Amino acid sequence: MTTLAQKSPRVKKKKSSTAQTLPLLLIALPGMVYLLINNYLPMFGVFLAFKDYSYVKGIFGSKWNGLDNFEFLFKTKDAWTMTRNTLLYNAAFIILGTIFAIFVAILIHELGKKRRVKLFQASLMLPNLLSWVVVGFIVYAFLNADNGFINNTICKAFGLEPVSWYSNKGPWPYILVFVYLWKFVGTNSIIYVAGIAGIDQEIFEAAQLDGASKVKQIIHITVPMLKPTIITLTLMAIGRIFYSDFGLFYQVPANSGRLFDVTQTIDTYVYRGLMERNDVGMAAAAALYQSVVGFLLVVVANGLVRKIDKENALF
Amino acid sequence: MEKIEKIKVHNDVKSFRRFSTIALTVLTVITLLPIILIVIASFTDEKVLLADGYNYFPRKLSLDSYYYMVRQGSMILRSYGVTLLVTVAGTLGSILLTTTLAYPMSRKDFKWNNTLSFLVFFTMLFNGGVVSSYIMWSSIFGIKDTLLALILPNYLVTAFNVFLVRNYYANSIPMALIESAKIDGAKELTIFTRIMLPLAVPVLATVALFTGLTYWNDWTNGLYYITNPELYGIQNLLIRIMNNIQFLKSGSNTALLGAQTVDLPGTSVRMAMAVIGILPILIIFPFVQKYFVKGVVLGAVKG
Repeated sequence: MTTLAQKSPRVKKKKSSTAQTLPLLLIALPGMVYLLINNYLPMFGVFLAFKDYSYVKGIFGSKWNGLDNFEFLFKTKDAWTMTRNTLLYNAAFIILGTIFAIFVAILIHELGKKRRVKLFQASLMLPNLLSWVVVGFIVYAFLNADNGFINNTICKAFGLEPVSWYSNKGPWPYILVFVYLWKFVGTNSIIYVAGIAGIDQEIFEAAQLDGASKVKQIIHITVPMLKPTIITLTLMAIGRIFYSDFGLFYQVPANSGRLFDVTQTIDTYVYRGLMERNDVGMAAAAALYQSVVGFLLVVVANGLVRKIDKENALF
Repeated sequence: MEKIEKIKVHNDVKSFRRFSTIALTVLTVITLLPIILIVIASFTDEKVLLADGYNYFPRKLSLDSYYYMVRQGSMILRSYGVTLLVTVAGTLGSILLTTTLAYPMSRKDFKWNNTLSFLVFFTMLFNGGVVSSYIMWSSIFGIKDTLLALILPNYLVTAFNVFLVRNYYANSIPMALIESAKIDGAKELTIFTRIMLPLAVPVLATVALFTGLTYWNDWTNGLYYITNPELYGIQNLLIRIMNNIQFLKSGSNTALLGAQTVDLPGTSVRMAMAVIGILPILIIFPFVQKYFVKGVVLGAVKG
């Protein structure tokens, strides 16, 4: 079919006559209108951060109050807590997530295309397909104080005192990191599986002939060859380091107030300000703070990707 | 001497392969055990569950929670219907809007292709945040407590999906195909609906999968925009049940607890509801795994 088309006389490419521009523009219109409403219109709504918003007075009726919202926000302990939590959790997710994803990818690649590999992979991806609500239920089945699996079975077996998990913030950083890894490592490893499959297999064969052990091959061939992928993905993750997964920090700790010190992130703060405390101005200020810093980070991160590997830069 | 070396290498390969199998088996078990716990809990006798706690080997199994759901199921059935409707409508709408936007962007002879691409791309860099988005959807468009609130905000068109489809068109479908159709006198809209849309089926399967999963699992739109329990999807119903547990636990008055548990499904029923919430995913996923993998790989290469 392609060959036939190629043989046909070349049509002169006129750079878009109106006869073709207009229909194509119309085809693109519905999707574009949606983006203008859903994504662009709220961008102009950021001025809410500079207003003393009240639902009664509405968007335009509410009084301007300059930088008051920001002043209040950064005077509270919350601003520091949520920024620290968002950054530190993301740092842990990036570092541990990458290490585990590569580890799993190496194991999967090693087993080749056997049928059970598909089964392993499907199982490891499964948590990523569950909603955070269901994950919250699962965590609750393990941690709830009265009949949770940990208190009733594990603690009993080791003769430990039962723990009131949802009001004891100490273990939560570990719990959240574990849940993150459990949910995402399987899916994230897919990218590295593709990366390893893309490495010229002759390099491994040559190394094997030279007597390099498997572990040596991994350290000296696999990981170095994955470096561009690792750097790109890490920089893109750094570009999003000001954003957190709302579900992880809201559903998994069951919205427990005693844990806020270690579970509050910018996203949960914005939600609570907007929907629970009805403090729209402060929530809008926090959201704008996130959007602006997030934007700067993405631009800087992308600039770095461009320097290292132009192919993989977003822009 | 050389032979020994070869055997050594061979052993190394073999033992590493064995290590991989064992390690992956262990990881798979760790991954699946938490999910298995709630499945077993849903089949555990309620009294045993309350006495012994969640357990992988309960003393007594029972189908009571599933019977209960069948008998008392109008609310569950309703929420299931809402989720199903929202998922289908959202996925179809998303496919339509995504392809129609992506196709012109892929045409190199289209004057506006770069402008459109930039407009789509910019949504990945900057956003107005949930506050203005929420105020806009609820105050200007007034979608609170309607089914539209579960479909319209956030997910219908995402830059990720648009670029997935645009790149597919740009890389896998020859321009000559469009040109020859034009010579035959086909109009742009006809070319799109008759040729380009059917050709995109493989990538649309991936988009449909991602979008369908998003809508099925979404609870944030419900959390923001729905207060009427009749419009709860399955996820928001689950949240409400979980909140009721928390509420009862926090008011440590046992007498009150006894009085209130009548209205509340038992612990195992709650877990059974979570299980039926993930059941469709468990059934469908094995058949669509390859599209999922493809989407993840394509998306990572070029967002």
